[in-house]
Amino acid sequence: MKDVSELSFPDDFRYAESHEWARAEGDTVKVGISDYAQDQLGDIVFVELPETGESFDKGTEFGTVESVKAVSELYMPVGGEIVAVNSALEDAPEQVNNNPFSEGWMIEVKPQDTSELDALMDKEAYLTSLKG
Amino acid sequence: MTEYPGTTGLILNEPLLWEKGKQGRSGFSLPRRDVAPQPLSETLAGDGPDFPQLSEVDVVRHYTRLSQWNFGVDTGMYPLGSCTMKYNPKTNERQAAQPGLARAHPMLDDDLCQGSLLLMYDLERFLVEITGMDAATLQPAAGAHGELAGMLIFYAYHKSRNAPRSKIIVPDTAHGTNPASAALCGYRPVPIKSSDQGVLTPEAVAAVMDEQTAGIMVTNPNTLGLFEENIRKIADIVHAKGGLVYGDGANMNAIMGIVHMGQIGIDVLHLNLHKTFSTPHGGGGPGAGPVCVLKHLEPFLPVPRVIKENGRYRLSEDFEYSIGRLHAFYGNVGVLVKAYSYILSMGAENLKKASQLAVLNANYIKERLKDTFHLAYDRPCMHECVFSDKLQQPYKVTTLDIVKRLMDYGFHPPTIYFPLVVPGALMIEPTETEAKEDIDLFIESLKSIAAEARDNPELLHAAPTGCRRKRLDETTAARKPILTG
Repeated sequence: MKDVSELSFPDDFRYAESHEWARAEGDTVKVGISDYAQDQLGDIVFVELPETGESFDKGTEFGTVESVKAVSELYMPVGGEIVAVNSALEDAPEQVNNNPFSEGWMIEVKPQDTSELDALMDKEAYLTSLKG
Repeated sequence: MTEYPGTTGLILNEPLLWEKGKQGRSGFSLPRRDVAPQPLSETLAGDGPDFPQLSEVDVVRHYTRLSQWNFGVDTGMYPLGSCTMKYNPKTNERQAAQPGLARAHPMLDDDLCQGSLLLMYDLERFLVEITGMDAATLQPAAGAHGELAGMLIFYAYHKSRNAPRSKIIVPDTAHGTNPASAALCGYRPVPIKSSDQGVLTPEAVAAVMDEQTAGIMVTNPNTLGLFEENIRKIADIVHAKGGLVYGDGANMNAIMGIVHMGQIGIDVLHLNLHKTFSTPHGGGGPGAGPVCVLKHLEPFLPVPRVIKENGRYRLSEDFEYSIGRLHAFYGNVGVLVKAYSYILSMGAENLKKASQLAVLNANYIKERLKDTFHLAYDRPCMHECVFSDKLQQPYKVTTLDIVKRLMDYGFHPPTIYFPLVVPGALMIEPTETEAKEDIDLFIESLKSIAAEARDNPELLHAAPTGCRRKRLDETTAARKPILTG
């Protein structure tokens, strides 16, 4: 596993305490897991995602990610309706390890309350929490 | 110099049987035909199964060689935490193979299998006495099956009071199957966290226990190898709100004859005969997961039950409130014979001593390795101790690398990455089986590996190097599994 200083975190993303990231793209929000989360999990072998059209509140479970070590739950960083899921992960779950902030995205959400996005940590706050 | 059990002997290659077969070889002589040949109907004809043609010696060598690539508790120390891989005494096999028991057909009349019924009746009583419960069923075929039986009993109990409930509390130190068993029975598992001491607090339970909650599932000792010392208070909180307490007894090997489970507030408890009571598992099963209950839950036990009337035994289905049948016939009876043999061989005093030695062995390992590996919770443990790879992280060495290297030293790896509450967990359960000399060698191996991690981490990344199969690509195996031969 890497040291926090060896991981990379883009500036314009927001982060949840449970290590999901969220990023506004127009009026929707894309969601994935952070470089730290994928590094901790190790090689990811399966990602289970919800159906489009389903709605979840902030903080509730929307799917699971299975690595060679364990199965972990995924939690909504912002509440809302699922408008798209990254079905490419079905055949290529390694994208979450290789490109957690781009090709490894998981869901796209139409947020019910955009202020929930602002309440998430920015890069600096997230890095501080990891070092804590 | 220390001589470790692991060495590099001659390991023989062995292909798949399909690659070995040759047209015309046979390991079996068919008896001379004594009826006239008859043509076969076209509708019955087709391609036969794709079986290789082999001689007897081909087959014997094949399986002998495969067995030599393997590692079991008969080969060496198998400290797989949470699994209680204790030695399985051979007398158990001998007793289970006695023709009167082994050949008893499950559909025999009760009158013709009084011995088997007596054995099951007595085994129930022994288990009840060892655990401090009131009644038992031997039907469930494994631990998780016992958990499901327990949850069905919870459900039947609340239903009988016309007050069905919807949730079950499951702590993060419970066994991983607990939430699944609760969910399979239609309950919603409510997770709660253990304290910084690695055990449950009464406050955490009180915060979520309500009248919609059917009860709690507690693994005691828990998966950190720690005794849930607040269990009596926790049970009182759950009982006060009308709930029940389920005890996952998978770790009973630490407390046989020492803890009275009924008195600490457990209402339903399952046992793993294939752990605590020395019947084979890990490929040698099947298992058996008897469930013990207190008196007030006895009416709900599965049927059939063995009953004794006028000195005779019989199976009865006549229990109005029973949750019904859980298994064909009466559970895995061969396994029951082995556990019965173990209990009678040991006797009450030695069962207790086995638990004491299992706890002593784990604490000895904990104390001697705690300066070498990060100890997750530095306090007295029960039958297992949990370390992590925290001190090895600066060398880019992980728990997986450490245990792969341990194979080269001649030991089965401990459980890794479980329990989930300890990142990079390394969970060691020596059991009472191992002598001090073997435990010392195991400790020296891990100390030597810790030194290698610092001085030569590549050795660990490449391990194992002495096994027939080297480091396996677990990631590709999981991402692109090939499930056919």
